[in-house]
Amino acid sequence: MSDLLIKNAFVIDPINRINGEIMDIAVRDGRIVEDVGQGAEVIDAGGHLTLPGGVDSHTHICGTKVNFGRYMSPEDMRAGREARRGVKHSISGYSVPTTYANSYRYAIMGYTTLLEGAMAPLEARHTHEEFSATPLQDVMANTLFDGNWGVMEAIRDGDIERAAAIVGWTLSAVKGFGIKLTNPGGTEAWGYGKDVTCIRDKVPHFEVSPAEIVEGMIRVCELLRLPHSVHLHCNNLGKPGNYACTVGTLNLAPDLNEKRQTLYATHVQFHSYGGSDWKTFCSKAEPVAYTVNNRPQIVIDMGQVMFGKTTTMTADGPMEFNLYRLHHDKWSNHDVELETGSGIIPVLYRRKNLVNSIMWSIGLELALLVKNPWQCMLTTDNPNGAPFVKYPEIIALLMSKKYRDAEFATVHPDTGSKVVLPALERELDWNEIAVMTRAGQAKALGITGIGKGHLGIGAEADIAVYPLKVDEIDPSTEYQRVIDGFAKTKWTVKRGRPVSRDGEILVHGENTTIWVDPKIRPERDISRDPRFVEMFNHWYSVRMSNYPVQDEYLRRNLRMETEAAI
Amino acid sequence: MIHRDMICPFCGCLCDDLVITTEGNEVVQVDNACTLGTHKLMGAWKNRLKNPIMRDGGEWRDASYEEAIEYAAGVLLDADRPLLYGWSSTQGEAQGLGVSMAELLGGVIDSTTSVCHGPSILAIQEVGHPGCTLGQVKNRADLVIYWACNPTEAHPRHMSRYTTYADGFFLENAFRDRKLIVVDVRKSETTSIADEFVKVKPGGDYAVFSALRAIVRGRADVVPDTVAGVSKEQLVRIGAMCKEAKFGALFFGVGLTMAPGKYKNIRNAIELVDELNRYTKWTLTPLRGHYNVYGSNEVFTWMTGYPYAVDFSRQIAFYNPGETTAVDILARKECDACLIVASDPGAHFPKACLEHLTKIPTVLIDPMHTVTTPLCRCQIPTAVNGIDAGGTAYRMDGVPIHVKKFMDLGYPSDTEVIGRIFERIQEVKHP
Repeated sequence: MSDLLIKNAFVIDPINRINGEIMDIAVRDGRIVEDVGQGAEVIDAGGHLTLPGGVDSHTHICGTKVNFGRYMSPEDMRAGREARRGVKHSISGYSVPTTYANSYRYAIMGYTTLLEGAMAPLEARHTHEEFSATPLQDVMANTLFDGNWGVMEAIRDGDIERAAAIVGWTLSAVKGFGIKLTNPGGTEAWGYGKDVTCIRDKVPHFEVSPAEIVEGMIRVCELLRLPHSVHLHCNNLGKPGNYACTVGTLNLAPDLNEKRQTLYATHVQFHSYGGSDWKTFCSKAEPVAYTVNNRPQIVIDMGQVMFGKTTTMTADGPMEFNLYRLHHDKWSNHDVELETGSGIIPVLYRRKNLVNSIMWSIGLELALLVKNPWQCMLTTDNPNGAPFVKYPEIIALLMSKKYRDAEFATVHPDTGSKVVLPALERELDWNEIAVMTRAGQAKALGITGIGKGHLGIGAEADIAVYPLKVDEIDPSTEYQRVIDGFAKTKWTVKRGRPVSRDGEILVHGENTTIWVDPKIRPERDISRDPRFVEMFNHWYSVRMSNYPVQDEYLRRNLRMETEAAI
Repeated sequence: MIHRDMICPFCGCLCDDLVITTEGNEVVQVDNACTLGTHKLMGAWKNRLKNPIMRDGGEWRDASYEEAIEYAAGVLLDADRPLLYGWSSTQGEAQGLGVSMAELLGGVIDSTTSVCHGPSILAIQEVGHPGCTLGQVKNRADLVIYWACNPTEAHPRHMSRYTTYADGFFLENAFRDRKLIVVDVRKSETTSIADEFVKVKPGGDYAVFSALRAIVRGRADVVPDTVAGVSKEQLVRIGAMCKEAKFGALFFGVGLTMAPGKYKNIRNAIELVDELNRYTKWTLTPLRGHYNVYGSNEVFTWMTGYPYAVDFSRQIAFYNPGETTAVDILARKECDACLIVASDPGAHFPKACLEHLTKIPTVLIDPMHTVTTPLCRCQIPTAVNGIDAGGTAYRMDGVPIHVKKFMDLGYPSDTEVIGRIFERIQEVKHP
């Protein structure tokens, strides 16, 4: 039995509607309880801001393409190295850090739960291997289905139950969490160097459109009763004028689930562009935010860009090739047979570049224009828009008009005519930040029920105490204090155990991998379907029996079984 | 007993469709594997070192695992600059322990990469890597190039599983519709079945890539009549084939990485493929040798940030191939103890390096007596991954595969032995 008492905590816990109360938080065996006895270890929070542990609902931290980003970038490794000390391993990397570096830096910022945004099923074992070297956060992996042959054929044939059977089996087999669609249809077209332009194009050979894939997969997700909704990276990422495609895609989503959104659209900043070329490029955050405001079944995340060097990496292979043709820096590509693609290039976002300045503005505009913070999550699509260590600066920008104006004065001088940011007066408050960085993310992922994103009785004791006295700071003027405060917790507590203090890592840690196991009727078990087995063994380069990830790859893990409706 | 869908622990193809028949502790039949794989699997239960051995004056004597592990830990703890080398023919779990051990010791860890595809990685670090999984090639490629390699003999099932002889989803008659170009300095088994054999003068690969790049960009006018022994006519023909293909796949071997030009050859190959992607679809894949050499690169990278040649002597991970690579450290007589795991430098390293190995306490972890054995002071036999041990391996295209154990001969795995050495080290040097 391990007891912990956090005294004098200034708690903001949006899910439990607590907005700034001084409380004591009692912890026993990793969970929050009513009370603990005299013998408990005591942490005095001293009236400092205390939040549920941070949740990142879209980040790239583990797996084949992340590791390739490291492999091809020794210069990035040198940009973030720290020596081994105490329990802390030596670490490398700035924008694509080693697994330990990711884990330590997230822990120091108070983050305790991470969703890897894109795992190719064929290479899932790799993601799980890296998860086991990411000790201080619970982790889960969205699983890529954007170019899955079996799924596309089933949707084309109008057989949604078959598509659901394939998705359900695959998620169980690869220990995945949710359905990820990256440029649906486009990654398959990229197999022959092509792409799709928007949601009505047909995918070559499979004769199914991105719109049909998105609509079909939304139904699949609800049939399987998955905790998280379909998680979508829209078609056309990064292209001028793509906002129309984005709005059209968001309008496809019906409202099917009363507990959470029906569609999660990720890194929407990259999908909110106007203009017809790079010269006329401009912000279209307003129509996109308007669509989100009118459709409560949608949740988005920002995909904020911050200035500086980073590495872009996505399953969207054709997009990365386009980016390569713009930047002429090194380019990696990795198509995954029958499933998806991926690409990587390093980038430098510059203030002196007009397009980059507009991109920076758009992410902030989305967060300020979406009225309900539960519908817009704070992310950078780490590391695509910026490494996650930039989150504190983004928080400060959202909380301070003065800070935004000061920054805006440093960007490309023509930006003002292309964006609406300077006209936005809104300043987010502490509670809204707590929603956008943990409570809303946990709700969107469907993991509040397993005790994530809140501090109620029975919740996981994942707690972040920041060196911020809310009553003594005016975030609209003292933004540097906000940045410093969110950059380094006083304490980060994971499953009831302090894992970092004032930036020092205290323990080696042991995470939990959260995965989903939809329970499907035996007669719908696709692994017994002769046509599927034949397709698999004939066209994959691995045997079907060697595809599922063995239990031994997951150490501590939490299986979320769902009662599928098939 | 019949074991189906077994994984071959020989080359980077990691074929996963083997059928292995055992009777007791003997492998009596192997189906689907190539000659190399069959030979390894049929023979590997034989010729094993029975137990750990240690030097006793000029002679070998038998030792217990306990004693050998104690010795290995002592040697590593005692060293100022230990080198942990090999790692390509073992499971990822052992590789990970090796990295942790090197970190705690402040030593250097390097894999056989540094003497095979190390230059490929240097090129990738300059210009990236346009690649794909092998199934993508199998299902789509209508043009395959093998450059400076001989898969028929070195990766014997590569062509039947992934290229020339494989069925392709998008190809009606895959064998007929798929063209094959082989570039090499000499005729080989592979060149004899090529649609085009391009015979390059030794050391001429870089120039041939440059000529092809010029031709692909529409600048055939700058190409002389012959380039490194290859006629302009043939180069122009090949350039056209490359652009007309719907999906091209370029594979290359150590004939390119270790020929004059080294990593610059690979860089030029990658940039040719980049260029071709502006017209059609092309990918490139190094033909990795040992079945899990790519796994060593993967594991080292997520743990340290670098794929090989990692030096922890300053408590940070430091990478500088040419300085922190095994051959260089040995040639400079820098290391004062060496742990060799699952590789045979005795058969591959320069003489000066081997001489140094004999002068320092060198411990070998390997199931069999090898050319490296005579250079060591202690050898610890372990189970063979894919036979009497299991674990993770990464195929040449990055696909991670769980290599399976199908018999037990009583030997501990590499992971167990290295884990026990690491435990001893942690007792003394606990963080």
